[in-house]
Amino acid sequence: MIEGILIGLKTALTFQNIFMVMIGCFFGTIIGMLPGLGPMTAIALMIPITYGFDPATGLILMAGVYYGAVFGGSTSSILLNAPGVPGTVATSFDGYPMAQQGKAGKALAIAAWSSFAGGTLATIYLLFLAPSLSKVSLSFRSPDYFALMILGLTAIAAFSSKGQFIKAMMMVVLGLMLASVGQDSLSDITRFTFNNMNLTDGISFVLVVMATFAMSEALTIILKRNDPSAVAKQVSLTELGSIKINKEERTQMLKAIPRNSVIGFLIGVLPGAGATIASFLAYGMERNFVSDEEKEKFGKGSVHGLTAPETANNAACSGAFVPLLTLGIPGSGTTAVMLGALLGFGIQPGPRLYITNPEIFWSVIMSMYIGMVILLILNLPLIPYIARILAVPKNYLIPLILFFSITGIYVMSFNNFDIYLMIGIAVIATFMRLYDFPMPPLILAFVLGGLMEENLRRSLLISDGSWDFLWSRPLTASIIAVTISIVSWQVYKTLKNRKV
Amino acid sequence: MNINTTKIISLLFFIFSALYLYTAYNIQVFSFDENSPFNAKTFPIYLGYAGMFFSGLKVILPEVNTIKVDHKSLEYKKTAILVLIAIIYGFTILRVGYFLTTSLFLASSYYALGERRWLWIFLLSFPFVALFMYLLHGVLEIYLRDPFLKLIGVMG
Repeated sequence: MIEGILIGLKTALTFQNIFMVMIGCFFGTIIGMLPGLGPMTAIALMIPITYGFDPATGLILMAGVYYGAVFGGSTSSILLNAPGVPGTVATSFDGYPMAQQGKAGKALAIAAWSSFAGGTLATIYLLFLAPSLSKVSLSFRSPDYFALMILGLTAIAAFSSKGQFIKAMMMVVLGLMLASVGQDSLSDITRFTFNNMNLTDGISFVLVVMATFAMSEALTIILKRNDPSAVAKQVSLTELGSIKINKEERTQMLKAIPRNSVIGFLIGVLPGAGATIASFLAYGMERNFVSDEEKEKFGKGSVHGLTAPETANNAACSGAFVPLLTLGIPGSGTTAVMLGALLGFGIQPGPRLYITNPEIFWSVIMSMYIGMVILLILNLPLIPYIARILAVPKNYLIPLILFFSITGIYVMSFNNFDIYLMIGIAVIATFMRLYDFPMPPLILAFVLGGLMEENLRRSLLISDGSWDFLWSRPLTASIIAVTISIVSWQVYKTLKNRKV
Repeated sequence: MNINTTKIISLLFFIFSALYLYTAYNIQVFSFDENSPFNAKTFPIYLGYAGMFFSGLKVILPEVNTIKVDHKSLEYKKTAILVLIAIIYGFTILRVGYFLTTSLFLASSYYALGERRWLWIFLLSFPFVALFMYLLHGVLEIYLRDPFLKLIGVMG
């Protein structure tokens, strides 16, 4: 492992890669800060650029963007009460009241230090857990992978659906349907192309991500421009106050950070859970850990209340890399986007990545840590200046997002058809978003579609067409049992809601 | 049964899934593969049924939390104009070239969204695109086809 860490450090500490982390953190912070635009959009916009680099550099850039976007989301949560990403919603509970009390600078500093500490601790957990999990996952066979993918898709549908599980499952099926367009990987038979040559190679992953996130988010922002509920109450950006944290606040943070980093990391590892659930859970649990007097301060600018979700959401971001790097199965929408980018580089993440491409495996892990340090060095002194980005008028912002999306697709294929297809998918996605059809399950399903079919094919061929493979091995059967319990829980919740 | 837009979307998805399933059954597989436990149409057939199952459930089951969208507050006109500009951009980008079409796309989008400060509209379109193009074409060496710049002799 020491050798791997040194390889990772050597790769991550080259001038080019440090520069990429800095660029990634900076742009990620800016994009993440803009309400409505999250890490998925930020990473999606970066994908076409990363294809110009080697895989390690490309991934390092994306990891920087990821952390930057999560941190940026906290900034808009604290200053505007308008979370840039769902994972920072809980940050606004105490961050925004602090900002209203004239302590915006302090709230941002607490968020920055908590993110840094949460991310650092989680990277250490990742460092030790990932190699051992890689070894365990080498025993996984096709039925286990197939079952694990079903679990991942069910879990993301359950967690991202805001009580609309069936809608999320519809999006999963739609994502798998989109992934089935084009040539069959084994027989080369074309499917659902309707004799259109442009569809023979299937629909590009970048196209689907750009359409469902970057472009459709931009269109949604314009569509909801006059929506009174979307109008943010803005804190004066000129008076952020001091960013110094006093001794008492430091002590409170030191108590909250370790426990919430563990919660965040563990939740992040679970497929589909991610930063949002981690931050809410951490916020709720932190409230139980503190004294009654401190409990009263929750929601009114509590240091514990701000530290807990910020630590947990960053720790969850690192945790989400565990299933991606060790099993090749993304644990969240954002890591699904990263999986798509990895496949674009010709790299198949999974247990063998640790053996076949140790420089990528370790450099990503090490660059995460470097990303945390840079994020802190870069963002803390720049907070007052970066915060002004929030004042960029939408009249400029939206066309620029559309421009980056269309250019991203254009430089990849030089094909008008892809642009029309992207616009079409974006319009449909925008309309579906209005009615709360979640997009992350669609992306995860789209990314996993090919792998899922491949593993189902192998499993069914081995079992001669029988579905017994789902319960013939204890591991497969346990994964299926977890999936069934998630579905049962969703059904129970739905029935309970109906009775209420 | 209360009919709302979510149910209409679900119904459309049900029809889409049925059409998908029909197309899946019509995928031509090799004759030696026809009776194999898994061939090119097996997975799509399962997906078609899954799509019909979930959308069918959504149509049949009563809605607990009906999502109400206030259509009056939505900016349909501006969004439609923006989409139209993007389609025109897609149509012209290969024929005219990246620089001119992208600059015009940006300028017209700023204008469509209500921007009237011409200096900003100009600065954030033509020079911005030139800079971005230099980054892609000059620094990252990503080829960008541009008949217009070729015509005026800027690009070789």
